[in-house]
Amino acid sequence: MALYTSDWNPLGKDIYYRKHELNAMFWTNEVNLKDFIVSSAPFGGPIALIERKNWNRLATNGSTGLKPNQFNVFIFSSFGELISTIKWTGSELSLISWSNREDLLCIQDDGIVFVYDIYANLQNTFTLDQEIRDTKVLECKTFNGIHGTGIAVLTTSYRFFVLNNINEPKIRRLAEVPGLVKSPQSWAVVASSNETIVLVAKDNELYSLNANHQSCQPLNPAISAFASITEMSVSYDSSHISLLTDAGLLWIGRTDNDLRNNYCEFDTKAKAKPQQLLWCGNSAVVGLWKNILLVVGPDKDWLNYVVDQPVHMVQEIDGIRIIGNEMHEFLQKVAPVVVEIFGIGSIAPGALLLEANKEFLRHSHRADEYMRMISERNEIEMSVQQCIEAAGHEFGISTQKMLLRAASFGKCFYPRMQSKPFVEMCQTLRILNAIRHHSIGIPLSYNQLEVLTMEVLIDRLILRRKFCLAIRIAEYLKMSDESGAARVLGNWAFLKVRQTFIDDERIAYDIFNKLGYGSGVPYSEIANKAIECGRTQLAIKLLDHELRSSQQVPLLLKLKQHRLALQRAIESGDTNLIHTVIIRLREVLSAGEFLMTIRDYPIAYSLYQKYCREEEPEKLTDLYYQEDDFVSEANSWLSRSLNAQNLTQKQSYLQSAYDSYKKARNEFNSSIIDENLRLIKYQIKLEEKFHRQYLNLSLHQTIKQLIIDKEYKLSEELKKEFKVGDRRYWWLKMTILAEMSEFLELEKFSKSKKSPIGYEPFVDICLKHRNRYEAQKYLLRVSDDNKIKYYVRCGLLEDAAKFAYESKDVEALDYVCSKCGPTNRMLAEKINTMKSQLRSK
Amino acid sequence: MSHLSSGRLNVHHMKELAKHELLECLDKCVGSKAIVWDHELVPILGLVADYLVLKEHQVIQMFELRPGRLPAMTAKHVIYLTRTKLSLMDTIGDNMLNEDKKMVSNKEFHIIFVPRRSILCERKLQVLGVYGNFSTISEYGVELLALDSDVLSMEWDNSFTEIYIDNDYTALFHSAKALMTLQTLYGVIPNVFGLGKSAKVVFDLMSKMRKELSSTEPQITPQIDELLLIDRSVDLLTPLMTQTTYEGLLDEIFGISHTTIKVPPEKFVHQNSSTDGQSCDETVEAPTEAKQFHLNSSEELFVKLRDISYKSIGPTLRTSAKTLSQQFDERHTAKTVREIRQFVDKLPALQTARKSQSNHTSLAELIKEVTDEESFYETIHTEQSFVNCEDTDKSNPYIEDCIARVDPLVKILRLICIQCFTNNGLKSKVLEFYKREVLQTYGYQHVLTFNNLEKVGLIRISGGYSHRVYNVLRKTLRLTVRDINEVNPTDIAYVHSGYAPLSVRLAQYLDHPGWRAITDVLKTLPEPTIEETQEIAAGLRKRRNSGASIQTGLLDDQKLIVVFFLGGCTYTEISGLRFLSQKEGFNADFVIVTTNIINGKTFLQSLSGQSLN
Repeated sequence: MALYTSDWNPLGKDIYYRKHELNAMFWTNEVNLKDFIVSSAPFGGPIALIERKNWNRLATNGSTGLKPNQFNVFIFSSFGELISTIKWTGSELSLISWSNREDLLCIQDDGIVFVYDIYANLQNTFTLDQEIRDTKVLECKTFNGIHGTGIAVLTTSYRFFVLNNINEPKIRRLAEVPGLVKSPQSWAVVASSNETIVLVAKDNELYSLNANHQSCQPLNPAISAFASITEMSVSYDSSHISLLTDAGLLWIGRTDNDLRNNYCEFDTKAKAKPQQLLWCGNSAVVGLWKNILLVVGPDKDWLNYVVDQPVHMVQEIDGIRIIGNEMHEFLQKVAPVVVEIFGIGSIAPGALLLEANKEFLRHSHRADEYMRMISERNEIEMSVQQCIEAAGHEFGISTQKMLLRAASFGKCFYPRMQSKPFVEMCQTLRILNAIRHHSIGIPLSYNQLEVLTMEVLIDRLILRRKFCLAIRIAEYLKMSDESGAARVLGNWAFLKVRQTFIDDERIAYDIFNKLGYGSGVPYSEIANKAIECGRTQLAIKLLDHELRSSQQVPLLLKLKQHRLALQRAIESGDTNLIHTVIIRLREVLSAGEFLMTIRDYPIAYSLYQKYCREEEPEKLTDLYYQEDDFVSEANSWLSRSLNAQNLTQKQSYLQSAYDSYKKARNEFNSSIIDENLRLIKYQIKLEEKFHRQYLNLSLHQTIKQLIIDKEYKLSEELKKEFKVGDRRYWWLKMTILAEMSEFLELEKFSKSKKSPIGYEPFVDICLKHRNRYEAQKYLLRVSDDNKIKYYVRCGLLEDAAKFAYESKDVEALDYVCSKCGPTNRMLAEKINTMKSQLRSK
Repeated sequence: MSHLSSGRLNVHHMKELAKHELLECLDKCVGSKAIVWDHELVPILGLVADYLVLKEHQVIQMFELRPGRLPAMTAKHVIYLTRTKLSLMDTIGDNMLNEDKKMVSNKEFHIIFVPRRSILCERKLQVLGVYGNFSTISEYGVELLALDSDVLSMEWDNSFTEIYIDNDYTALFHSAKALMTLQTLYGVIPNVFGLGKSAKVVFDLMSKMRKELSSTEPQITPQIDELLLIDRSVDLLTPLMTQTTYEGLLDEIFGISHTTIKVPPEKFVHQNSSTDGQSCDETVEAPTEAKQFHLNSSEELFVKLRDISYKSIGPTLRTSAKTLSQQFDERHTAKTVREIRQFVDKLPALQTARKSQSNHTSLAELIKEVTDEESFYETIHTEQSFVNCEDTDKSNPYIEDCIARVDPLVKILRLICIQCFTNNGLKSKVLEFYKREVLQTYGYQHVLTFNNLEKVGLIRISGGYSHRVYNVLRKTLRLTVRDINEVNPTDIAYVHSGYAPLSVRLAQYLDHPGWRAITDVLKTLPEPTIEETQEIAAGLRKRRNSGASIQTGLLDDQKLIVVFFLGGCTYTEISGLRFLSQKEGFNADFVIVTTNIINGKTFLQSLSGQSLN
């Protein structure tokens, strides 16, 4: 048991701190930290180094006269592996620091901020403020609040500025500190959830500057008399603060309530200013004086470590990482659950379970005794939970395994156990161990990962170009495409696109080879990146794989790939998209080019024609004319003639239609149009003669009108002129005459020659106009086949019967008989006689 | 509208989806709303949501889209619901330009395009200078509307004309989208068959869209077994034939639009006085105003009537009248209190049934007036002789007489087209004679009508080798049935008094004996033929003849086939498919999906682009 507690150091009762090695440092170029200014990102992030000799020259107060020098900013992984180097040629630097997205912020003394990624690629630059530019930066600090990473600046005129989020450069100037005419002894930023406060120590006074309401408020924390506060330190979550006075008194308290709540005052007995003063989680303050590392708890408990080599400390949410020349260590409070399990003589359920499992593996019956003890206290569930939880806090893989085995063993004794926490812990540990490995180099603790979230971890891996691991983690955790695999692949592809030294063909091939279809990464987005990088050809190649035409076509248009865009729009079947391309083409191409292009794509061509037909009919006629499409041209003239504004226009359109049909050798249609034109001329004459409307009537209607007007001769003339068929003419004239009750004329007409429609219609039409008398006139001339039917229709049942009898048609007699109502008994009997006579024959 | 849930496929989901999306569109505007409707959309969206539902979502006023100034409105938001027609944009523009400047600043204007935003329309609004007046422009992408429990329609008028005259495939794009929606709700359809160019276009688009969806495709066990895509151009004959079923005739005579029919009111006047004691909701109705009915399967009697031949309407109505009066008579036999109670409980249903009985009796009378006319008989007779290949090669005296009598042009064109189809084209002499007769009688502008009919192949000059194509088709697929029993039919041919719709026959032969048996005939139809399978995740495949299907009864063994008509279908085709699935030994149920519902009138009218009456 002692094995596990050997590196624990007590800080008061039941509280332990441990400092353990995360890994050895593999400093490239054998760095000695003594010679460098160090800035390390939290969450196991990268480290930036600047040689101290360069920095010292710059950081000297009021060093404005010095000529800026060329020097390097080195970026290392948290394991000391050199990632990249920035050749600094700009003006003097005030600060190098990391944003929460692991971008390196290099802040110049004129307030210009340069943002680099870890590969030394400049991402962005922005200027903080004109006033800062004019007065220069004296000192600045970065901080992390809920809005992201912020920057606080103290200018050489002793004014403070705060920028809450580097992505939204909206800087605020804070209220003036009364009587501040020299640099304050110390200052710090407290970024709580709703406000950002700058604490400024001016001699024996302490001021709070609030960025939200431009106020400056003196604070009076309960501290024993002091001349000045030389150092301040705020915990990671800004809830705790410690102040160090010139007398070496360390004051520990909370940031809320204007610093009125304090835990203790501790006399460090050190007059010198520490190299670093930081919070270790929220439970202890750590100061570094040369080779002494002092840890002070809120109850005045303390412990110290001796450090024999130069180190740099990094404040994490749950501890402090200590980066040294050879070692990378982590100082943290031992988690209570771990204390419970490994604490000497602990009888916590987790500790018992661990013991039980050990005995079990040894095949010892004592395993049962331990289990009995736990179950008697109904603490099986809790024991398992403790083991699972403790495993999370352990860095050693064998310890993790041991604890998880114990948990797994314990689970068997508790059937209702939820398996989810166990499974999740196994997954999380697998991931933690993978990223802690020196090939990746992100030494996160379990708590840190919880705060960071898995999505951000994936981001960090993407940032480090560890795509393979990122994707495996995403797949392993079954993350959605959007936040997992697709995001990784997308970023990988973006990186590929930026590799200008590889040719387009190869990159397009590589990307497609990896992504295929259905990866969830839109090719249009990658193509867009390619366009941004000026790689048009690559973009076109990539767009070839984009399946969603709605994304693909607009980009193709952007790339001036007009024909391809049209082609793809047509393939999509999406009319709206095709129109989008057509409209664009009309805008950018000359009329001639446009037509040459569009005619090659029948579907687009048709849509354009349809549009013209509705909106610009003249254009359509022109189009057909240019294309020598005579039939279509004729048709379009013809349809325009229907909407002609006046007669002359109508005639001219019709004439054009005629000409075009002629050109198309459509003899029938041209003759029809010719007929139409002739009719119009005829109608004009008629209108002049009769002063009534004939125009717009069809030929048939014209003849009809003439008959109504009793112009029989003219109607006859028109019939001949336009070769109207006899049947139709007869039907027409007969109908009209009957309608007008011109029965005399009708009779005359019927006798003019043999009727081409027979005489049945004459009977019908007379009957229709309720003129049985006239109807009978035509009965004799009705064909024999229909005679009986027509006799019946005219009500001449007797004649019908007679005719049927004469033609010896028994069935017809039956038919006539069936038409005899009760009033016609006599006839019915007569018919029966006839029938029997016929039958007897 | 629970009747939508009664079929094999619960199409009520479809309606709910459409409703949900509509309300989502409207709810984007917070506060009171006034809707300005493109009037064509009113009945269509009426199939999705009624006024009460809209009211719940703060729609307080509704107006029809008209030129000129907008009526006074109190609502905060004015929402235009419109199709993407350029002419409608002119009207909207006119509204805006006439609007008081003050009003404009008080209100927020919005446009919702149905079914999709259109860059052309938006451009037009820009040209008109009113584009900036609209705070939002969005789209309501409704694709399929449930007309009944087994009929879904896109209600896309003129779809065939757009596809074959304008070469505008927008309707096909939306058909493919409609199929995607269908598959989202009811699973991927494993087997796809199709005939004709449009079928191919739709299948290709659908495959492309599936690819785009890739991994996001919902994983549902397929409820539909087969999809049959029929391009209307494969069967141009059926829509021309007079429909002789009850619903078909109602459509032919009065026109059914979005399941609603309007008929002259005279026959229905007596109803008001005869409703004994029942509060009449339609009391003071001016007899001049057309009477309106919704026709769907929520009405029991209509279900019995809709698919039967006009010849058995009378007997069916008599039987139902008898049953109804027997049920009413039960009140006399009811003796115990319990029996009386049972009767009273049935009363509302009985009264509804009585109303339904009286309505349909009146409708049947209206139909009879038409079918008793000699011209109806003669038209059917002429059609039948054409489809039986009698005297199709010379000019037909009945057609000539009809022209001479100036009967409605659409009737004449129908007959000419049927003759042309059955004769595999007409001799140029005959055709030119017909044309000249028509042009002289109805006006020369119909040159354009003929041009269009020629373009889609409804009219053509007979040429060489193909002169027997129709006859072979007729014989192989038994398109005509002599002496058909229309009262107790045994074959789908009853729907056209002896002619079996080609499209339905194709569906029938696909099931049995399979298209392979009729390859020679298929070759003579418009190409191509599609026989494809869509990949489905192994776990989702339907297990046939498993224990589960035995438990759920026979239903599972009946295949479920979706027949999608691209370019429209007729009521007789729907009836024909229903008849097939009822037929003994036929192993499939059908759900009919169509771009729109057509009949000879609407079909030719749309192709002509001009008035044919």
